[in-house]
Amino acid sequence: MRLLFDKNTWQEIFGSIGKNRTRTIITVIGVLWGIFIYIVLAGASKGLDNGFERNFESVAKNSLWCWAQSTSMPYAGYKTGRGLRLKVEDATTLRNRIPEIQYIAPVNTKGVFGGAGALTVRGLKSNTYAMYGYYPDIAKIATQKIFDNGRFINDQDIEQARKVCVIGERTQQEMFEEDEDPIGGYIRIENIYFQVVGVHKFVQTTPFGNDGDIFIPFTTFKKIYNTGENAQFFTVAAYDDADVVQVEKDVKAVLKSVHKVHPDDERAFGAFNLGEIFNRIIGFAKGITFLSLIVGLATILAGVIGIGNILLISVKERTNELGIRRALGATPGEVRTLIILESVFLTLMAGVIGIVLGAAVLNLINNLTQDTEFPYTNPTVPIPLVIGALLIMVVLGTLIGLIPAQRAVSIKPIDALREE
Amino acid sequence: MIEIKNLHKSYQMGSNALHVLKGIDFSVKEGELVAIMGSSGSGKSTLLNILGMLDVADEGEYLLDGMPIKNLNETKAANYRNKFLGFIFQSFNLINYKTALENVALPLYYQRINRKKRQEKALKYLEQVGLKEWSHHLPSELSGGQKQRVAIARAMVTEPKVLLADELTGALDSTTSYEVMGLIQKINDKGNTILVVTHEDDIAHMCKRIVHLRDGVIVKDEKVKQVRAAEYVQ
Repeated sequence: MRLLFDKNTWQEIFGSIGKNRTRTIITVIGVLWGIFIYIVLAGASKGLDNGFERNFESVAKNSLWCWAQSTSMPYAGYKTGRGLRLKVEDATTLRNRIPEIQYIAPVNTKGVFGGAGALTVRGLKSNTYAMYGYYPDIAKIATQKIFDNGRFINDQDIEQARKVCVIGERTQQEMFEEDEDPIGGYIRIENIYFQVVGVHKFVQTTPFGNDGDIFIPFTTFKKIYNTGENAQFFTVAAYDDADVVQVEKDVKAVLKSVHKVHPDDERAFGAFNLGEIFNRIIGFAKGITFLSLIVGLATILAGVIGIGNILLISVKERTNELGIRRALGATPGEVRTLIILESVFLTLMAGVIGIVLGAAVLNLINNLTQDTEFPYTNPTVPIPLVIGALLIMVVLGTLIGLIPAQRAVSIKPIDALREE
Repeated sequence: MIEIKNLHKSYQMGSNALHVLKGIDFSVKEGELVAIMGSSGSGKSTLLNILGMLDVADEGEYLLDGMPIKNLNETKAANYRNKFLGFIFQSFNLINYKTALENVALPLYYQRINRKKRQEKALKYLEQVGLKEWSHHLPSELSGGQKQRVAIARAMVTEPKVLLADELTGALDSTTSYEVMGLIQKINDKGNTILVVTHEDDIAHMCKRIVHLRDGVIVKDEKVKQVRAAEYVQ
């Protein structure tokens, strides 16, 4: 300990590493490269991780979409090939029977999966847009970004089947003048006047949908198109800790029992499980993180071994000097400490420079990918990982320093003095 | 100051042992200036190494200032060397990347003396050997005689009980040798005990007593009239 804080100790160390600059630099580069790779890999994998998170941030990560198809097996007296329709009350049944479901929202659409959209007219302007009949809960599953002053569909809209709509950005541009406030304005959809209550910013959350979509209350949709109790698909969000794959199975099982479908009929109901896909991507990102950790640590290890190697040579070169020190009264412990401190100091110095360079490169990559589609956001290396890496380096530096240190004290001082 | 009795030392050279010291009995009183003479292979360096605790005897007793030196481990030997002994070597053995001052201060560092005191003391001893102006020079910038004087200052700086000099003039020309011996005599005049190993007759005669070694035994131990080195240096 005394040695650690003595100015002279550090002078000894600087003296010896400064004397052989080339050797020192080459040694340092070994470890520097190791920690640099480690930091860049760890940061980049974190960046990918964040990038994926960002891509999914507008939709509940454990959500799924399910829809009805037609049966492929005869069951309970029904023949095969019977067309199925989801009913609005199925949503209540599902919610009651499956406790893992947090939100469930039936949806009806027009012009999304084929077929014409809704003809929309305002003054002399007209176009057709895809139309969605929504419950307010949909906003809790797939985030709806509504521009200022506007709002999303609410419970009163549903109860009273109000003729209100939320329009897309493109719809606003095409139906309204640039300086016009669309909120409170009216547009004619399928020959019925709707009041615009909000404009949504389009966010890609599902494979379908675009920036022209018009959202109206589910109950209003039902009246316009006479859909009765039918629903085209359900959007389901499970609780965060639920196993979304299991939820999908449960949902299908319940639907099969309600609609009298053979329990083994795989084709009766379709589902798109975002949670499962998300989990797969997260698993992939975790794999990358793990791999980068292993590769980084291995590189650091290689660098530290390099330092040990160089120090071993250095000790051989300095045999005479170490002999002098011991003749003058340096105990084996003090000689050992000197060599180990040198090793640790070189390792740490290399480590710190490597971390700084790594951080700089991460920052550069971040700046380059800022406005691109590439899933790469905020590449950071958690501080505990950095400190952990430094600790590992100090420990390894000490351990590897032990070898040359032991070599240094294993030579008798008289033999060391004879060495010229 | 030094008492040795029946000292034996042999080296293992492959399969056969080389018996270097074959029972040395020898004592040095405080303030003596003793030359140990002998041809190469006579065991004089081995004797000095054992006295300097750089090597251990196989057999025999060694008392330094009344204290028995035995069962030394490396750490203990290092501490004793640091406290009780000063070394002067033929090849100076200065550390080449340290200045004269730092070289002289180094033994004090191992005595855990603080930096300021170390430098003060080192400077004082450099002044005594006449190299105060050279304190910030590296060994490579000094002449042989200057290097040896730095080494002498380094040996003196801990105020050891005994100074051990191994062929201290071996690498110096005769004029410089006499200068260095003059310095040794001056130090001895102040009451320091000094042992000089040499094979040069004139150097030996600048001491007060000469011990002749041959084939590992003392063949002659005589008091001589000291020749002052100053007589040569004119």
